[in-house]
Amino acid sequence: MNRSIERHKNILEFSLSSLLRRKTKNLSLLAIYTLIVFAIASLLFFLSAMKREASLILKDAPDMVVQRMVAGRQDLVPLSYAKEIALFRGVRDVKPRLWGYYYDAPSGGNLTVITADKAPGTITIGSGVSRLRSATVGDVIILQSYDNQVPLMLEIKEVLPFESELAAADLVIMSDIDFRKLFKFPKDHATDLALTVANSRELSTLAEKIADKYPDARPILKSEMLRTYDSIFDWRGGMMLVMMIAAVLSFIIFAWDRATGLSAEERKEIGILKSIGWETSDVLLLKFWEGAVISLSAFFFGVIAAYLHVFSLSAPLFQPVLKGWSVLYPEFKLVPAVDAYQLGVLFFLTVAPYTFATIIPCWRAATIDPDAAMRS
Amino acid sequence: MSKPFRIRKSTVFLVLTIINVMAFSLLMLHGRSVQARAGQLLAPSSKLAKELQLTDLCLFTEARYTRHPAMGDVHAAFQDHPMALEHFPSGSLVPAPSPLKRRHE
Amino acid sequence: MNMISLTNITKSFHVGKASQFVAVNDVSLDIEPGKVTILKGPSGSGKTTLMTLIGCMARPTSGRIVLSGMRATWMTSEDPSGVEITSLPERFLNDIRRRTFGFVFQQFNLLKGISVLENVMLPAYPTGEDHREFAKRAGMLLEQFSIARHAKSPVEWLSGGELQRVAIARALINDPSVIIADEPTAHLDTALSREFMTIVGTLKQAGKTILIASHDPIVFDSPLADRVVEMRDGVITSSGSKP
Repeated sequence: MNRSIERHKNILEFSLSSLLRRKTKNLSLLAIYTLIVFAIASLLFFLSAMKREASLILKDAPDMVVQRMVAGRQDLVPLSYAKEIALFRGVRDVKPRLWGYYYDAPSGGNLTVITADKAPGTITIGSGVSRLRSATVGDVIILQSYDNQVPLMLEIKEVLPFESELAAADLVIMSDIDFRKLFKFPKDHATDLALTVANSRELSTLAEKIADKYPDARPILKSEMLRTYDSIFDWRGGMMLVMMIAAVLSFIIFAWDRATGLSAEERKEIGILKSIGWETSDVLLLKFWEGAVISLSAFFFGVIAAYLHVFSLSAPLFQPVLKGWSVLYPEFKLVPAVDAYQLGVLFFLTVAPYTFATIIPCWRAATIDPDAAMRS
Repeated sequence: MSKPFRIRKSTVFLVLTIINVMAFSLLMLHGRSVQARAGQLLAPSSKLAKELQLTDLCLFTEARYTRHPAMGDVHAAFQDHPMALEHFPSGSLVPAPSPLKRRHE
Repeated sequence: MNMISLTNITKSFHVGKASQFVAVNDVSLDIEPGKVTILKGPSGSGKTTLMTLIGCMARPTSGRIVLSGMRATWMTSEDPSGVEITSLPERFLNDIRRRTFGFVFQQFNLLKGISVLENVMLPAYPTGEDHREFAKRAGMLLEQFSIARHAKSPVEWLSGGELQRVAIARALINDPSVIIADEPTAHLDTALSREFMTIVGTLKQAGKTILIASHDPIVFDSPLADRVVEMRDGVITSSGSKP
């Protein structure tokens, strides 16, 4: 057993000497490799965490939301719909919702305005809004209303906590009256309806019934809402897939370079090793270590850096991409999400191909007869 | 050739790898342990979301269909006029909810 | 007691093809232990092939080779009649080769970019021996050949004579009992060639068996040569011993 370990260590020693011969090339290779692993792992961690956050935060979303469509655009829902739908069997409660978007000219940000039971003239704002407008409890915010250009003056009674950024960063919560005043909102309409249903298994039948009765209504089920977020954060689709393909291609290129690049010099060296007493298995072990040193190191450096990047630093490198043209971008600290399966796939994609690509082409060269070196 | 004890490259590499493996395991364990308390940590947000009946996360505040993707429909991305530009990359990342059953939309 | 005994050895290449040729033809030879044997002949005479067969690097097409007096881990007891290596499985053959023979090549065949010390230690790497042991031996060998100060230098920095000594040191790292050298002085000037023979003398004094293939008179006319075997076209033309 000891001999075996010594043999491995000795051969590893030589593989390191061999790699160090081309220090720049191999260090750059390691750097690039690590970078790719870092990018993919960061994305994997980020998406897993976001997926979980979405499912945990939104688990109590309304059972069903009913919108109304006119000529392919969302339009306001008449309150009469609410009254009639409330009479459907299985519907426990229908709540007409008032919400919309307000474009804040001074800051350039889009705010989401929703209503709750509040005293008129007062608002609760999300921590992002507070940041955007540099406003805190006690300050008065002025919003341009749609009515006669008379500005609406609203006192901030509460700022939502930082922990709720991901759910509520851009919210402005006001009373119904202020909402209707702000948007000159028609009296007997609502933005949409939020339904509470007695039996969740009846949801799709209920949705069908609603759609039948009101051809212009568009019911959205809770499961559909949650699935939207599953697909946004799915690591097997969308942007992530594009990145994965790019990464896999890069690894294939690395592996290809290794696989086809057995130069005459490398061949000669293998011949020399064979002639001084190395067996085929020793040569293959050497090549294995040459590949494994780089791929293993890259994998660990990349994943560790990715973990710290996403969970300690909140993924600052993704911010420009995610932020896009938004003015208001939530600040959040993600709860770590680690999926062994994903990491396993990543390991398999990164370490295995490169390591084996170094061995396969050497197979033939390694089986060369030891006396070949005598002849050259 | 009398030299003091020299550290071999292979030893350095193996030690480094062991450190890597340990750091990796530590982070994974840390992740797992925090994960277990995820519900707890996210309680304030989920409570708020429940109170306010929120349907979407506040991630992309560029446009209506990116701010509330769960509320969007297949037409939502079409803006009001032909010169309206696509919001990138959120527009590519954010699909409309796919209905569980084919309905008339 | 003969160290290496060859009986009716034939080696053919590309058997069955149009390019078939016989490199060594029905050669019988006994190599005596502790002596310097020279294989003399023009290129193509089969001396290189014969050396690869003796050194367990290749197998003969027919005939027997028996080695006696060497160590092998898989041998339970030392068989006085020797071991016939012609029919041994690959693994055992390799083991014997590693322990018994050290090779010095015409082109030296040292690995570029690697240090002198590591080049010398390389044959010991896959044996599983504790590296401290062979590192010590390597150090002593470098001292013995006065190249210790180059231990950490890459081999490209060394002169021809120094490279020759590195090659010899490498051949000795596993403490073999037989040294096989193929045209060792082919790329050396007179002074270095004589120096080489001096080293051969030292090794002979240490009890090593030495087999050299050469057509250099400095080698085969040397007083150190105990026996000169002449070969031509794969056959021994004169198996004379030096008087």
